[in-house]
Amino acid sequence: MVPLSWYLILSAILFSLGVFGFLLKRNIITIFMSIELMLNAVNLSFVAFANYWNTHPARLADGTAIIPLSGHVFVFFVMVVAAAEAAVGLAIIISIFRTRETLNVDQVNLLKL
Amino acid sequence: MVHQVLFIIFGLICVAGAVNLLVQRHPINSALSLVVVMASLALIYLLLGAEFLAAIQVIVYAGAIMVLFVFVIMLLNAGAEERTRGSHIALFVGVPGVVVLAGTVAWLLIHSGSRLGGVTISSSNFGETHAIARLLFQNFLLPFEVTSVLILIAIMGAVVLGKREG
Repeated sequence: MVPLSWYLILSAILFSLGVFGFLLKRNIITIFMSIELMLNAVNLSFVAFANYWNTHPARLADGTAIIPLSGHVFVFFVMVVAAAEAAVGLAIIISIFRTRETLNVDQVNLLKL
Repeated sequence: MVHQVLFIIFGLICVAGAVNLLVQRHPINSALSLVVVMASLALIYLLLGAEFLAAIQVIVYAGAIMVLFVFVIMLLNAGAEERTRGSHIALFVGVPGVVVLAGTVAWLLIHSGSRLGGVTISSSNFGETHAIARLLFQNFLLPFEVTSVLILIAIMGAVVLGKREG
């Protein structure tokens, strides 16, 4: 048996590393990958809690039972949104590169393409 | 015992991949270390009894999304990252803020985490595709349909943005 807190700490470490990448990296593609890392860290805590509520059945304050598998469905939706976000984000990056000829975020400081 | 050893191995691989993502200066190296992070996260999902999510993680994340990233990096012929001075606020306020936040969360979890209990590898068929599909197409049917509209909009947005002007 692994304590639930280990999974949550791993999730917090991965999320912090994602935030560091977002703040410190200067390449727009690497910044985008750091966002994906943060999404994955959140997914890990969703899955850990789904397993936890499966073995520790509980009820919400209003008496409805917690459905443990809804954690898995949430991760499914996060992945769908991440896929849509990757398609649009990479299209924006290609569009920026066409006009600016650079991937450095310090030189991309106008909303205009 | 086996569960703990496997968790520590894959957790360390995850953290090492994430650190390598930050350290590497070429985006293709960062992308490949992100694939390592996602693959070991899929194995951690298997430890948590989420077989369907582990498969989806490998197929969608490590497969589709990361291939898209690598494709764009090669298409744009992205070189090594230039070292320029970023935002001072991000460096001197953001980084210590994240360290304090993550440290507080980790401290709280270490000191009161024993009350939470633990997770086990269950022998039941928790997390199998059948149960998730039942939940997804009954309780979450409307969100599921809305995501299909979202994906349609994302595809159209990507086509419009990627279209060469003129």
